[in-house]
Formats: sequence, structure tokens, C-alpha cells
Amino acid sequence: MRFTIFFHVIAAFILSPMIPGIINKVKAFFAGRKGKPVLQMYYDLAKLVQKGAVYSRTTTWIFQISPLVTAAVGIIGVMLVPLGNTPGLLAFSGDYILLVYLFGVSRFFTVLAALDTGSPFEGMGASREVQFALLAEPALLLGLCALSALSGETSMNTMVISLQAGTRPVLACAIFIVLLAENARIPFDDPTTHLELTMVHEVMILDHSGPDLALIEYGSALKLWAYGSLTASLIVPQGILSPWASLGAGFVALLFVTVTVGVIESIMARLRLIRIPQLLVGATILSLISLILIIR
Amino acid sequence: MFFFTAAMIILLTGSLLLPFSGRGHLANIAGPLFALTGAVLALAAGVDAICTGGFDFISPWNYQLGGFHLKLDPLSGYFTMVIAMVCGLSALYGRDYLKPYANEKHLGVSWSMFLLLFASMLLVITAWNGVLFLVAWEIMSLSSFFLVIFESHRPGVLAAGWTYLVATHLGTAFLMVMFLLLGQNHSYDFNVIQASGPMATFLFVLAVVGFGTKAGFLPFHVWLPEAHPAAPSHVSAVMSAAMIKTGIYGILRISILMGPFQASWGWILIIVGALTGIFGVLSALSQQDLKRLLAYSSVENIGIIAIGLGLGFLGFATQHPVIGLLGIAGGMLHVLNHALFKSLLFFGAGAVRHATHTLEMEKMGGLMKGMPITGTTFVIGAAAICALPPLNGFISEFLIYFGSFSSLYGSKGTFSVLAAVTVIIALALIGGLALACFTKAAGIVFSGEPRTREAAKAKESGVFMPISMGILVALCVYIGLFSPQVIGFLGPVFDTTVAGHPLGDASLAPAVVSLTMVSRVGAGLIALIVFLGLVKRRWMQHKIVEKSTTWGCGYATPTAKIQYTASSFADPIVSMFDTTLYPVKNLKTDPGLFPTAFSYESRSKDIFMHHVYRPLFSVIKSAALGLHWLQRGYNQLYVLYIVLTLLALLFWILWI
Repeated sequence: MRFTIFFHVIAAFILSPMIPGIINKVKAFFAGRKGKPVLQMYYDLAKLVQKGAVYSRTTTWIFQISPLVTAAVGIIGVMLVPLGNTPGLLAFSGDYILLVYLFGVSRFFTVLAALDTGSPFEGMGASREVQFALLAEPALLLGLCALSALSGETSMNTMVISLQAGTRPVLACAIFIVLLAENARIPFDDPTTHLELTMVHEVMILDHSGPDLALIEYGSALKLWAYGSLTASLIVPQGILSPWASLGAGFVALLFVTVTVGVIESIMARLRLIRIPQLLVGATILSLISLILIIR
Repeated sequence: MFFFTAAMIILLTGSLLLPFSGRGHLANIAGPLFALTGAVLALAAGVDAICTGGFDFISPWNYQLGGFHLKLDPLSGYFTMVIAMVCGLSALYGRDYLKPYANEKHLGVSWSMFLLLFASMLLVITAWNGVLFLVAWEIMSLSSFFLVIFESHRPGVLAAGWTYLVATHLGTAFLMVMFLLLGQNHSYDFNVIQASGPMATFLFVLAVVGFGTKAGFLPFHVWLPEAHPAAPSHVSAVMSAAMIKTGIYGILRISILMGPFQASWGWILIIVGALTGIFGVLSALSQQDLKRLLAYSSVENIGIIAIGLGLGFLGFATQHPVIGLLGIAGGMLHVLNHALFKSLLFFGAGAVRHATHTLEMEKMGGLMKGMPITGTTFVIGAAAICALPPLNGFISEFLIYFGSFSSLYGSKGTFSVLAAVTVIIALALIGGLALACFTKAAGIVFSGEPRTREAAKAKESGVFMPISMGILVALCVYIGLFSPQVIGFLGPVFDTTVAGHPLGDASLAPAVVSLTMVSRVGAGLIALIVFLGLVKRRWMQHKIVEKSTTWGCGYATPTAKIQYTASSFADPIVSMFDTTLYPVKNLKTDPGLFPTAFSYESRSKDIFMHHVYRPLFSVIKSAALGLHWLQRGYNQLYVLYIVLTLLALLFWILWI
């Protein structure tokens, strides 16, 4: 059992840059294109790491530390989350509270680094980021709240294992919506552009270059993996006895979540900015509904 | 006993001597020295009380309404510790802060009032008699009033002081009624006062109003955002980090005395706390004045403390001692945590005001370059107040979350689930809003390009200001990384608070196990960041690193004017909550064919101040004017009133 846990963490470190690649392939398939290779992000990371860096004279140490924080939080994030029936490496009771606030740390520094450049565009992104995050956070915590009420457990990994089938889809939907919001995907944000209309996450890292950008991109990939695992854990069927089989089922579920993100990005447009809060409140309501279903 | 008495003697002697020490630099040396000595002694008294149980002192002489009774139990010891820490560091900081005023203000009087405030707070915490308590409470309110109006020549300061004076006395009125009803057989000694049943709930409501006014509960918070910005920064720190906590202490003490905790008290605190917290942080977010923002954020944190205590009360009342312990521990730990990071942030704001002569965030920017120590400590304080791991704010919120999540496991009744959901939604919302609020405060003030010439020239000042900020940062990090030890040390405090409640086998041990993991992960996070930083530095050694202007999408000459401002940063959220925040937007355009000057202003006014209190007080004022005919200016008439009153009292006594 222990070995599968390590395997999940190592797989996350190695395979997480593939998730955006798979999403892009799905999008290309829908658009009838050939698309970038699945491994594109590895090439990008390798290239970025080789490069030098340009720093704005306006910036201070905050701008320098922000990529490090993003990467470090991503690394610890994937150590905390379970995948299917495979528990997280650092699992303990109340770990989900730490997970939510850990991603808060990286958001804090990303936003400050954006403001550190003094660029109006990045300020706009930072402002929107904190606005959406403040609505995503209750949705996520309420979802976890429902999870914990349902399972009577105190840690993410035991929660997802002892979950009954009935409320799983509702909860999976709620957490999936939060995944899209927190990882700057369509319909909340368009990860492929940083044009003014979609200026949320991508625009905040506009001034980062070279290894810094590589750290940020890698950190975001790990974050996507962490949220993906959490969502996948809710759709992995229970009762798979062999640890390896269940880990395998977890990877399949994660692939399914990834493909779903790609499908959504292909068939939907980004929402108007003023509609985004409504969708997030919708996710909160979904969490609340599943909670009511549980405690009624 | 020794440490406490010594601290009181030092503080009171200092407070008596200092008005004679003259205006200038002597007072500014003696004042902080007295305060620091007193703080060290009081800190020792507090720690001693927590470790060994403190003392119980009844004076041999007696007065009419009960004796001079002081008691320092672990709970009082804890608050003594918090007060001593904040006051000591504020005195250290205040020495540098007040230096420029040495020639224009009477610093002796100011320091004397500071020492008196310090001593009276200690007395409030230890008084074991209702009358003594109220006397100490009143000295505390008055000395802080004089400190608030220190810069009375500045516009708005006297008005702020006036608001504070009225608010605090209205609060005291409720406390007087409460103590009158609590007293038994003409004694107001805490050992004999009691209440039960619905009366206890009524008295609890009086306590929430009376103490809540001092603490800053909604809707009695209106004095905070007025008084804190008006006061000098070291006084704002003392008021915000220590003095408003005496309100929390009062609620706790009265609840313990009236115990056992009732479910209704828990619900009152949870609901008031949730509303206070959300409203506080929303209002903080919409401010442009740095210290006003911090004052509203104190309202928010008082809300979090109330949520924690409410959850604790509810847990004990519904026979779930684990939830009760977690709520109490979380709320109480947040008292200390808020004291640390809020004084840190007020110190930062004071240093900024020192350097730029303004508190308007729109006139700052880029201060990190000139003031790296203030900037760095402020950013860490901001992270701590956003409850980000691995800092101290996260620890107390974790305990409260943990408590509410524990009330979800298994079936513990819909009631406690409802409470848990309320707490979790409130805390999550407060957390998100706090992050928006403090990234705004830190980012707009310290990051980016300077918006004015003063901001560009800003420099650190003094030696003691950075030192006191550094000590506070160290404490914030310490509690974040060594929370199990801190919880262990505070064990007796929690025991005193919940004494008399059946605990069963409930303990904080499972939470401490989790906190151990939280600490490890936090330490791991710091280690990982440092490691990645070292690797990056080594890797970048042979790379080309260039300096350039910020990349403005091809626009090569960015100016500070196009930066996002505090208002524009907060605007989406403020508009989202405009029914609560009441932002007043004022757009002036030039209607001509070739418009030149535009101006846009947006301010959020306190909805309670402008839509509740102002109308209420104007009604009272006009009613009072109706009684004007009673007052003629004839002494004979007033003597007649006195005689009539005495006669009426005489008849009343004879009647019953």
C-alpha cells in the first residue's frame, strides 16, 4: 500500500506537465487540427530553464520569490491529495483545510508579484483573481464539508474511500467547477491568451521569464494534477481490493477528468466576467445541496 | 503576586511622575523605560499565572459594595501576557514614533496616559469585583480617549475622540445594568454573583452589547474605524491589539461566572461573529486609508474570535466537549495571534505615515525599495492575517475549522451541523475577502511604482521601530511552526475557561496531532522554497540576467499613473457587495466638446454610522431640545430640582 502512495507522488512530479498536453490534444481533435504534441509542455519547460531572465526595475524580492512559492506549494499539494483509494503521502485529519490554505499562499504571492510589476494589466488580473477566489473558496470548503459529513471521516483520503455512491456525482460536479476556476480554465479564464478580456491568471505572470516562468508553469501543472486527483477520487469506483488496481483506476479517472476539461474548453466559450461569480455561487449551492441531501 | 504588584507600582509611579518630566526628550526616554519594565514584569506575572496558578488577593479593608479583590488565574494571566507583549513593544516603537513631536506636544502627559492605560487594562483583567471592574474599565476608556486625541490639531481627530467617548460610555451603561443585576446581597464580588435560566441569557445579551462595544461587534463597531486612524500608531496598536480584547475577556469571564455555557449564548456569538467578521473585512477592503483598513480588519478578527468562542459554547452546551474545546482553543489562540499581527501591521502603517506623511494608499506605492524592513514585515503580517500557513493566523483558524468539521462527523444532530456550516461558510468567505484586502494593502502600498514624490523618497526611520516589528514577525513565525508547544503551554488557560464542564475523555490531543503535521508541512514549505531559491540562484549564475522596464504589452514608457490603484483593485468586489458597502461614486466630467479634466471619486461609508446612528442621534438631539425649558440658568431652580429629587427618593424608599 505504502509503495503505491509514493508511486502516485512520483507520477505526479513526472506526469503532471502532460495534463495540459492532453487537454490541448482534445481541443485540437474537436477543432479538426493535429495539435501540439502531448509532451509540448516538457519541451517548453526545458527551453525556459535554459534561458536567462529579464526582471523589471520596478520589482522587488516579492517578484523573485513568487515562482518559488508557486512551485513549492504545487509540490506539497500533490503530496497531500489522494488518488482514488490511494491515500495522500502526508494524509492527516484536517489535511483538506491545509490544502485549501496552501493554495492561498501561492495565490497571495502571485497577486503581490503581479502588483509588484506596476503594470496595469497585471493589476487587473490580480484584482479579478482575488475576486473569483473569494467565491471559489467557500464552494470548495463546503464541498469538502459535505464530503466529511457524508463519510464521517477527517482526512481527504479516508473521506473519498468511505463515500456512498448517491451524492458522488453532485459533489464531483461542485469540485470540478472549482477545479476549472482555480486553475484558470474555460469558462472562467482562457489559459491560451492573456488578452484584456481574459486577463485573469495568465496576465499576472506576464513579466516572468526564463526559469521563473518554468517554475510557475510546473507549479500550475502540479496544482491542476492535485485538483484533478481530488475530482477523480470521487468518480473512482469503490471496492477495488488490490492497491495497484485501484491506483490504475485512479489514473484512468484522472485521464477522464482531463479529457472532460478538454471537451468543455472545446464546446464552451469563456463566460462574460460578470457571469463568473454566478457560476461560482452555483458551485457553492451544489455543495450545499449535497450537504442537505446528506444530513436530511 | 510579586511580579504583578511590581508591574503595577512601576506603571502607576511612572504615570504620576511623567507629567512633570517636561515636554521633550526626557519624557520620551522615561516613558518607554517605565512601560518596558512594567511590560517585562507583567509578562512574568502572566506566564507565572499560567504555569503555577497565579494569586487571589483580598484587601483587609472593605468598602460599601465589596472589597478590593484581585485575582490572577490562568485566564487572566493569558490576557495579561497579551497586553504586556503589545504594550511593551508599542512603547519601544512609540519612542521613535513620537520623536518628531517632541517640540510641539507634551510627551510627558502622553506617556503618562499610556502607562495609565496599560495599568488599567491589567486591573480590568484582574479585578474580581464588579465595582472595581467598572472603575478600572472607566480609567481604561478615559486614558485611551486622551491618547486618541493626541493630535487634536488635525481635522477629524476630535470628532473621532468624541465618537469613541460616546460609544464607550453607552457600552459601559449596559455593563452597569448587567453588574447591578448580577450582584447578590449588596455585594458585587465575582465569587458571589450568579444568574441562571432566561435571566442568564438576558444578562449575556447585556454583556455582548456592553463588552461588544469595546470589542467591536457589529453594529457597535462604529467607533473603531474613527478612533484607530486618529490615534498615534503605537496607541492604535495598543487599542486594536490589546484593549479591544478586554471586551472578549469580559464576555468570557462573565460567561464562566454565570456558567455552565448555554446553547443560546453560542448561537448569539456565532451569528454576531459571522456578521461582524464578514462585514468587517468587506468594509476593510473598500477603504483607501491604511489605518482605517486595519481598524476594520480588527472588527473582522474580533468576529473570528467570537465565532470560535460561540462554537465552543455551543459545543459544551450540546454535550460535545471536543467541539467545545476546539472552538474555545481556536478563539482564544486567535486573541494572541491577532494581537501579534495587528500590532505588527499598525507599526508598519505608522512607519509608512512617518515616511510619507499620509495614510492615503493612493498616494503610496513602491515603498518596498526605500523601506525594505517595514515592507517585508508588513507582507509577512499580511500573510499571517490572511491565515496563510505556516504563520500563526492559520493555526487558530485551523482549530475553529477542525471543531466545525468535527461536528459534522457521524450524527450529532441537525443543530450542530447547521452551526458548523455557518461557521465554515463564514470563515471561508472571510478568508477569501481577507486575502483580497491584504494583497491590496501590501501590494498598493509597497509594490509597483511610487505614485507621489514623497513615496519615492520614503526611508526607514529609527532603530526601535524595525526592532519591534522584527520581534513580532519572529513571534508570528514561532507560533506557526511550534503550535503544538504553544497549545501545550496554554493548556491551563483552556482548563480554567471550561472548568465545571464535563469533559469526559475529550481533549485537544487529536487536534495537536494534526497541528504537528501542519507544522511539519509548514517547515517543509519554507525549506522547499529556500532550497528551490538556492538551486535557482546557482543555476542562474551563468545565465544572462537583464534589468528592464515592466513589459506593458509593447508600450515602452509606463508611468505610475496607469497602475492599478487601491480603489480599482477592490472595485469588482465592492460592486458585488454594493448593497452592504454603500459605495458613493462621484464622476465629474467635462461636458465640452474637447473635454479636459475628469475626476472620479469613490468612497465607502459605514452603513451603520450613516443609516442607523446619525439618524438616531439626531432624533435624540431634537427630543432633548424639547426639554430645553427645564434649563434656565437660575441656580435657585437647580436647587429646587435637587430638593424635589431627594424628596421623591425619600418617598420611594418609605413606600417599599
